[in-house]
Amino acid sequence: MFRFSKPLFVFALFFGSTVAIAFENYQGVGRPATPAEVRAWDIDVRPDFKGLPKGSGNVERGNELFEEKCASCHGTFGESNEVFTPLAGGTTRDDIKTGNVKGLSSGELPQRTTFTKVATISTVFDYIQRAMPWTAPKSLKPDEVYAILAYLLNLQEIVAGDFVLSDKNIAEVQKLLPNRNGMTTDHGMWPGAPARRGGIGNGGKPDTANKACMKNCKPEVLIGSTLPDYARTAHGELADQNRSFGPVRGTRTLGPEAAKKAADAGTLDLATKSGCMACHGMKSKIVGPGYSEVIARYKDQTDAESRLIAKVKAGGQGVWGSIPMPPNGHLKDEDIKTLVQWILSGSK
Amino acid sequence: MGDIVKQPGRLRSAPENFLSEEQVKAVGSGRRDFLRKSFLAAGAALAAPMAARAASAGDINILENPAWTTSLGLPVATNPYGMPSKYESQLLRRESPGLARVGGASVSFAPLQGLFGIITPSGLHFERHHQGWHDIDPSRHRLMVNGSDDSLLKKAKVYTLDELMRLPSVSRIHFIECGANTGLEWGNVAVPTVQYTHGMLSCSEFTGVPLKVLLEDCGVDYKKARYVLAEGADGSSMTRTIPMEMVESGEVFVAYGQNGEMLRPENGYPLRLVVPGVQGVSWVKWLRRIEVGDKPYATKDEAVHYIDLLPSGLHRQYSSIQEAKSVITTPSGGQTLLDKGFYNVSGLAWSGRGRIKQVDVSFDGGINWQTARLEGPIQNKALTRFNTNWVWDGSPAILQSRAMDETGFVQPTYGQLRKVRGTKSIYHNNAIQSWKVIESGEVSNVQVL
Repeated sequence: MFRFSKPLFVFALFFGSTVAIAFENYQGVGRPATPAEVRAWDIDVRPDFKGLPKGSGNVERGNELFEEKCASCHGTFGESNEVFTPLAGGTTRDDIKTGNVKGLSSGELPQRTTFTKVATISTVFDYIQRAMPWTAPKSLKPDEVYAILAYLLNLQEIVAGDFVLSDKNIAEVQKLLPNRNGMTTDHGMWPGAPARRGGIGNGGKPDTANKACMKNCKPEVLIGSTLPDYARTAHGELADQNRSFGPVRGTRTLGPEAAKKAADAGTLDLATKSGCMACHGMKSKIVGPGYSEVIARYKDQTDAESRLIAKVKAGGQGVWGSIPMPPNGHLKDEDIKTLVQWILSGSK
Repeated sequence: MGDIVKQPGRLRSAPENFLSEEQVKAVGSGRRDFLRKSFLAAGAALAAPMAARAASAGDINILENPAWTTSLGLPVATNPYGMPSKYESQLLRRESPGLARVGGASVSFAPLQGLFGIITPSGLHFERHHQGWHDIDPSRHRLMVNGSDDSLLKKAKVYTLDELMRLPSVSRIHFIECGANTGLEWGNVAVPTVQYTHGMLSCSEFTGVPLKVLLEDCGVDYKKARYVLAEGADGSSMTRTIPMEMVESGEVFVAYGQNGEMLRPENGYPLRLVVPGVQGVSWVKWLRRIEVGDKPYATKDEAVHYIDLLPSGLHRQYSSIQEAKSVITTPSGGQTLLDKGFYNVSGLAWSGRGRIKQVDVSFDGGINWQTARLEGPIQNKALTRFNTNWVWDGSPAILQSRAMDETGFVQPTYGQLRKVRGTKSIYHNNAIQSWKVIESGEVSNVQVL
């Protein structure tokens, strides 16, 4: 009964609240879940593969699905850092042997990808199945999840190009994950018994031990870092982020002219980060039309703004040639509006 | 004291307010030629009344009754849902530019620099969504409780809001802090204000049903079921593993209420999990399912994200409890002190391991410390407001606060924290925050080792 730690126990006694509400019979509250209801919602997959649906998928099918449903955010090879952090890359054949990604400790890794971190293949299956694609979560069939995961494993050079991933062989793939030995729970930030006594933490022991020294605690103050100049203005006008009365004022970081300039630069930045500038030039065509070409075509149309907003959102094909523009459901409505207004105003 | 003479100088007019509405419109339409003249006029305007007031019998705001003292005010229920004063437009939750590429998987930070006490107004509560937010129809929301295995729970059950709100409820004040709060600052100073350094932090009174009531209603076997999976109803159907120890203690609850009203949609309306002392990602919003299990789940947000990289190359997994931490909110980075003299230095302290026992404040970068006043009630796993007196003599200073919780744990310095965790952990940065004050009164973010 008294599994909890001493502070919690004292707390419970002190308030008595958890004891007072104990009651045997909550009659009429809740009903049994039907087996079909549990099946519909209980989709989680655990590291021991409890909950894994039956099915299979190969690398080639995964490649097609990835191209169609995933690449616009993640890049064809899962390498893109434009929208989310990269999925693939950063591991070596040696990592596959050892189960520890060496780049994590050597500092050679420019950025951690999903496969440099994840130690459990079930995690990736579970997440794709429950939350992907970004704008249509839970739309993938189990076979499609297996195929996409097979493609990712192939990108990571964990499996060959003709590999078929299935519920039968996923446990074998687990043994090849590059960072499968890369996790530790030897820390004090999980409650209960330490790992040696059946828990998963160290029993609650912190890893730092500062002292509440009060006088002459050190000979000198060592400054490790100060706010860089660019960071002082990167968050806009700080004067406008504080009350206009009281003991202090927000520090004025931008003048009105600087604020306007920052807004324009911000929009180009937004266009770049949103992936627009990969296909569109300011003046001329790259894959899609240049922005000045867009203005030329739409300048006399009164509904240009709303039409373009709809096109950016839903994507389109045929107006400028056969290469389609992908839908951009991941962008915020207000950002799309800002971008379209910026394009139509000459994208300065 | 002759302080009336000093008053106008102390109440610095905000420079942005000297333009009339017509002039602002004119600027919008491209006419800026008068701006220079206005600046000159504003300078004169500041100087002239000061002299006039000094020579007159007193403050014009006292000598001449303003309109609100000499006219009829607005009737009741003019605003059926009351809003802040029109003069309070500056304190908003804001994103940090460049932190996330899509708003649906981003963060907005609470404006700690202007908040008082310990309760975060619900409309300013920080946001973190993993796949956007929805305003869920409560009549169609369901909570399912099931077991990873039939032997762990006698019967899987489904509850509606109607039913959950009939059950015995608790109301408790707790802080919620994102595990990545202050994560931008692991390596070096990166952001200017306390909103961006510490604003993934909020504190509310939550109301709901202890999870143990529901689990026991379903006949849980605590001996076997040592872990709980919490799952959201949004597109991401966010999942996290919750320790059964915390559920058994009675502290974890399924909340529908927040600060006297229902949860806000951005905070999980109509149902979220409250896991006191644990990082925000475990407080699953739009909670739709609870599964009890005999093993942890290694979900995406505990196997790819919310894992802490150590210098050894290993990641700490299932790091959940937020250790003791504090920050001075007034004065803080990006603010400027108005004048020399007295200030009430104010801040927040909290610990995921219980109550705050003591907060010390330093004005010399951590060489000497003085104990601050704690404002009560001091509650378990809730924000605690501290205040201390300071007379600024106009010379440079470095302000710090250092929290100690009831376990005796003392908030670490950056030097101590980096020694064990390096600079790439992202999560669980609870280092002592430093604010540097220079002669001009400008306060900025610095890191003292």
